[in-house]
Amino acid sequence: MRELRSGPARLLVVDDNKVNRLLLTRSLEVQGHSVASAENGRVALEMLRRESFDLLLLDMEMPEMDGFQVLEQLVNDRQLHDLPVIVTSSLEGIDNVVRCIELGAEDYLSKPVNPVLLKARIGASLEKKHLRDQQKELVRRFATPEVAQDLQNSGFSLGGKRVHASVMFSDIRDFTALAESQPPEETIELLNTYYALMFDAINSHGGVVTLMMGDGLMSVFGAPMPLPDHGASAVRAAQEMVEMIDLFNLERNGAGKPPINIGIGIASGEMVAGYTGTHERATYTCIGNTVNLAARLETHTKVVHRAILVDQATRSALSERFAVEPLGPVPFKGKAAAVDVFSVDPGQS
Amino acid sequence: MMSAATIDQATFTALQEMTGVEFALELVDTFLQEAPGMLDDLRHALTAQDADKFRRAAHSLKSNSNTFGALALGAMARELEIAGVARVRESGGQPLEALAQEYARVAAALTALRHA
Repeated sequence: MRELRSGPARLLVVDDNKVNRLLLTRSLEVQGHSVASAENGRVALEMLRRESFDLLLLDMEMPEMDGFQVLEQLVNDRQLHDLPVIVTSSLEGIDNVVRCIELGAEDYLSKPVNPVLLKARIGASLEKKHLRDQQKELVRRFATPEVAQDLQNSGFSLGGKRVHASVMFSDIRDFTALAESQPPEETIELLNTYYALMFDAINSHGGVVTLMMGDGLMSVFGAPMPLPDHGASAVRAAQEMVEMIDLFNLERNGAGKPPINIGIGIASGEMVAGYTGTHERATYTCIGNTVNLAARLETHTKVVHRAILVDQATRSALSERFAVEPLGPVPFKGKAAAVDVFSVDPGQS
Repeated sequence: MMSAATIDQATFTALQEMTGVEFALELVDTFLQEAPGMLDDLRHALTAQDADKFRRAAHSLKSNSNTFGALALGAMARELEIAGVARVRESGGQPLEALAQEYARVAAALTALRHA
């Protein structure tokens, strides 16, 4: 089992019985954890709302507020509903154990607690919490607060689902040449500004950035939360991105720097979306032909010298107000039939 | 009833190994301070027919008894917890007296261990 990563874990032991409380606290301290204790559920909740804990060890039979009531409160508390709970009790009846698990307890240890089992279960719980914290941090950086909340509520369940959505690929043209012609600090600074502008445009139209690679970005509109007009939203985001880059170029021009240009490809349709990865590192992503097509369209912007290219499905989702020019069928690598490609005027909608 | 050891030596030794000898003895003191209160709670709950209080006191006593290896006492407390206050009342409170007598033996055995 992995050793503790960032100092000792902070645990809260709740038990109304003094012998049990002292014994469990001692066992956990011997295992290297930092432990606080409370004598009933009410006191425990006060402490949980005041201080930060990694894990709760909860007795069930308690006066004032019993363990079931604590579990109910935790489930409905936004700040605390991710806190792992191990029930330590000697409840009679399997139905009581089932009720604990149904109320969100992660594990159940009967008293007297076996120290080897205790160590193993705590290790597993802390490991799971660490993974969840990592995912939350990842999502917080990449997605809007609403999407992040939605992902958190759904519990980051691994395994995908089929969704209808729009995928966008974008990158800076000739970025490698530009990067090689200027000092590295300047390249990183340019990328930081670029990312800030692009994330803002994407998020403000309901998109989620799922991948960053060098100067390239992949974003999805319509997953993990459905977006009724995902095609039009993606195109509006693309237009805003181009507009942002134009403004940014004015600034660069004033500083005597060359302009940058971006290319954006958008495709819409069915795809598989979900969490993928290992227990060390997981990410939200989309997979399918629609995703491949969006990547091909982005590459094709360099061939036809247009900023925004979309497929037929995305084009169909756009109202008359968008200025769209059909570029005819293009035979893409890996596609059996040629694909109809449309260029969207960045400046009109 | 077959007479088992008042304190199961293997359980008590395991407790000492887990927590350290000194801590285990301090824990014995805590139990000897707390247990009479649990017995009082049982008696009062029986008189007042307070089912929750009765169950909780029996539950605490069961759990603590098992911690120190007082397995017979733990089993008797468990029977009270499962039976509930009404059924113990029907039997005239006799199980409670038996429990108090077993506790007296446990307390004596633990005190002896404490000063060994």
